Amino acid sequence: MFNSGSPFSRAILYAVAILLAIGYLIPLVVVLLNSVRTAEEIAQTSMIGWPRDWAFHNYVAAWADYCIAQTCSGIRPYMLNSALVTLPATLLSTLLGAVAGYAISLWRFKGDTWIFALVTLGVFLPEQMRLIPWTIVLRDVGLTNTLAGLVMIHTIQGMSFTTLFCRNYYVAIPQDLMKAAKIDGAGFFRIFHRIVLPLSPPILIVTVIWQFTHIWNEFLYGVTFTTGTQQPVTAALIALSASVADVPQHGVQSAAVVVAALPTLLVYLFGGRYFVRGLTAGAVK
Amino acid sequence: MSLTAPSPARSPLAGLKRLPEFLVIWVPLLLSAGHVVVFTVWTTWISFTPSTLVPAEGWVGLRNYTNVLATRNWKIAFDNLLLFGCGFVILTALVGLALAIILDQRIRGENVLRSIFLYPMAVSFVVTGTVWSWLLNPGMGIQKLVNSWGWESFRFDWLIDRDMAIWTIVIAGIWQSSGFAMALFLAGLRSVEADLIKAAQIDGAGPVRIYTRVILPTLWPIVIAVMVILLQFAIKTFDLVRALTGGGPGIATQLPALVVYDFMFQRGHLGRGSAAAVLMLLTLLGVLLPYGAWKYYQRRRAANV
Amino acid sequence: MSALIIRDLHKRFGNTEVLKGINLDIDSGDFTVLVGPSGCGKSTLLNIIAGLETATAGTIEIGGRVVNAIPPKDRDIAMVFQTYALYPSMTVRQNITFGMECRNIPKPQQDEAVARVARLLQIEPLLARKPAQLSGGQRQRVAMGRALVRDPKLFLFDEPLSNLDAKLRVEMRMEIKQLHARIGTSIVYVTHDQIEAMTMATRIAVMHQGEVQQFADPDTVYNRPANLFVARFMGAPPMNTIQARLEGEPGRPIVVVGQGDTTVKLPAPASIDAKWLGKPVVLGIRPECIAEPTRQFGDGSTPGLTITAPVEMTEPTGAETIVVMRLGGEKVLGRVAPDIRHTNGTTGTFAVDTRKLCLFDPQTERLIA
Repeated sequence: MFNSGSPFSRAILYAVAILLAIGYLIPLVVVLLNSVRTAEEIAQTSMIGWPRDWAFHNYVAAWADYCIAQTCSGIRPYMLNSALVTLPATLLSTLLGAVAGYAISLWRFKGDTWIFALVTLGVFLPEQMRLIPWTIVLRDVGLTNTLAGLVMIHTIQGMSFTTLFCRNYYVAIPQDLMKAAKIDGAGFFRIFHRIVLPLSPPILIVTVIWQFTHIWNEFLYGVTFTTGTQQPVTAALIALSASVADVPQHGVQSAAVVVAALPTLLVYLFGGRYFVRGLTAGAVK
Repeated sequence: MSLTAPSPARSPLAGLKRLPEFLVIWVPLLLSAGHVVVFTVWTTWISFTPSTLVPAEGWVGLRNYTNVLATRNWKIAFDNLLLFGCGFVILTALVGLALAIILDQRIRGENVLRSIFLYPMAVSFVVTGTVWSWLLNPGMGIQKLVNSWGWESFRFDWLIDRDMAIWTIVIAGIWQSSGFAMALFLAGLRSVEADLIKAAQIDGAGPVRIYTRVILPTLWPIVIAVMVILLQFAIKTFDLVRALTGGGPGIATQLPALVVYDFMFQRGHLGRGSAAAVLMLLTLLGVLLPYGAWKYYQRRRAANV
Repeated sequence: MSALIIRDLHKRFGNTEVLKGINLDIDSGDFTVLVGPSGCGKSTLLNIIAGLETATAGTIEIGGRVVNAIPPKDRDIAMVFQTYALYPSMTVRQNITFGMECRNIPKPQQDEAVARVARLLQIEPLLARKPAQLSGGQRQRVAMGRALVRDPKLFLFDEPLSNLDAKLRVEMRMEIKQLHARIGTSIVYVTHDQIEAMTMATRIAVMHQGEVQQFADPDTVYNRPANLFVARFMGAPPMNTIQARLEGEPGRPIVVVGQGDTTVKLPAPASIDAKWLGKPVVLGIRPECIAEPTRQFGDGSTPGLTITAPVEMTEPTGAETIVVMRLGGEKVLGRVAPDIRHTNGTTGTFAVDTRKLCLFDPQTERLIA
């Protein structure tokens, strides 16, 4: 807003900004550095320090060898689990949300306001209120302790967000466009495929980024509905830092944390401005 | 304007042609809307039953609730929630506002800075909690570092201090969420009418006065929206505490969400766990309903003007 | 055969009745304009004709066929929208062929249709572009192309020129009129601009509050408006409507405006029913019927009448001067030649065209003579 001000006050401004930035970066830098330090070194100095010897092998250990709650195969299986849950659930919930948002915003039907309100309420409902019912539902459909079960849960719950995002985006499509298409003879699916979908990339990207981040980072369901080697990486991280070894393996643990956080960080790095758009869109409820 | 299809053709064949459409619209919507309603009712129902390890039949009225409210676990958790809620919300909002104002000053590298302040939102609360648990650990974190620099008497052991532990969660929470507040505030700051600011500059107001008298007052609705959203986060906080302190030392950093999990899966008392969950929901509604009513009232007033 | 027959059409939204019994019979090849202020129901009527909305009661017949239950795509109609409604992600060619695709028309036929229409509207160089790369006028032509390619029985236009600037609007008005002359398909055209109505229509349906106030050719609507609403709506500046009395004898009725020394007497139309003698009426007289004293109205066979009236204000527009005067105490506008000067506050002399006076019933507001 202002690019005036005395050189002195500008200098102070920059100084404060840079200091704050450093402050925000410190946790990331610390973990990155620790991930290449040996356990002994960390134990001797502290968690914060420059590597003396570069222990890149920590990553190998974290990936393939590290023992987490009796299983010694590193975090690879858990990363795989997270991927197998997050990717399908993201795509499914986005697709279903897009169609639902499209139907609600451009095709009015009886009860659409009510249904939309209920779906949106799902954004607010605490996960705690859904734990027991999901446990029972999973048991009844035979998906207890499976990745498919988690996919189902995240897809159905994710629809609350994705429908909200997409509907708010699609209401801006002019009604005249719909009228012209109907006169041309296009039906529900053709209009979605030929007219609405080509207009959707902005919101679809936002939705996919939001869902991916949200589902990958999710913990409570992961730890409640799956156990052992079926768990996603967030649950594994908790087990990991709780694990008791003779020598605390903070180096390897740091490497594991870096690997676990990498996917969503990368998504953030490449999709940054869509991420922000998702935030502001989600907040304007 | 509604675009309902013209009078339905009488033949069932035409109705059948619309079946795929019908299914594609209604099945997902009903699943989504339905599960919200059904699960809420379901859990509330269980909270009134004597369920322990598995859901059971029966009606015990409010016994589960009184039980939960009487436990030390819950009392501490709720007190913590009040403390954490206020601290986290107010401080995060303030930090977010400060960051937004700084970024609003047209400094070079604004995009880079914004990315730096926002990236914590991209990582899981579990990662945040784990990393901060290391940083704040007196034996190997900041305290150890400062000590090793020679300042032997430096103390930063909040993590293991019963009274101060909750503040470690606040710190981690601020680090994680202030970027979000910043993003919203920045959008708000930038949406203030340029003419308003020009008028103030002509009137002779300096930057500080322009902020305090012109810009910030118009930011109120966003401030409230941000605080409501942050409060919502606070009430639902689970992952962060589990990762950072595990609820400890002891139960010093218990929060309602952990109490629910505790009752449901560690003590095997689904009835009480559900009651605790419903109490969480009620607390959440206590924040959201007044806000919703206020926004509704505001919109009505704007429409009547 | 009639292109479109609307019988007793009603449309209700909740408790509000938006269309109150519309009856229209449109001949094949006609250019019918539905004109009226916003909220009069004209767009709703158009949507119902198109099949985008359903009527609460009444029937619609297109080309002799009752179409109430038939979806828009099968009604053999085409529609052009105010916002053009071109599909943004498709090229101009795809926009035009989209409807044919939906109807599974073979490709060679599609190509031939596109070529024909593109030549007619001169949009051949635009076929590969996307709507965002076109100007307003070009977009409107593409929208018409999309409609033309359907070769329908009825064209529906929904305020197609409202989004264009004034100059472009005049150009497109002529283009549409020429198009109609060339292809001859019936057109139903909705607008709020009464100039568009006057210049383009073969018949105008003036609508107000859900009812057709008058349905006639432009000349009749302008010179013999069915009621006060139509009289005041058509024409800019609108028709002067002032309180008056009918006096005189049967056979020589006289309209009297004002009292005492401001009295003005004008010959009333001879066709007026004698029962109105001595009763109050509303006199309608268009501003162009009050002109400079040297003006000759028509072919000069009817003797003109000269009156004097105090002038309150003048508004020179270049092509003429609008004079605000008091006729029998009532404020009235006249249109005089641009070089005549009038001073505010003085009395001016004016010629009155007595052939075009209209008289209205003060209660029912209907035209009585």
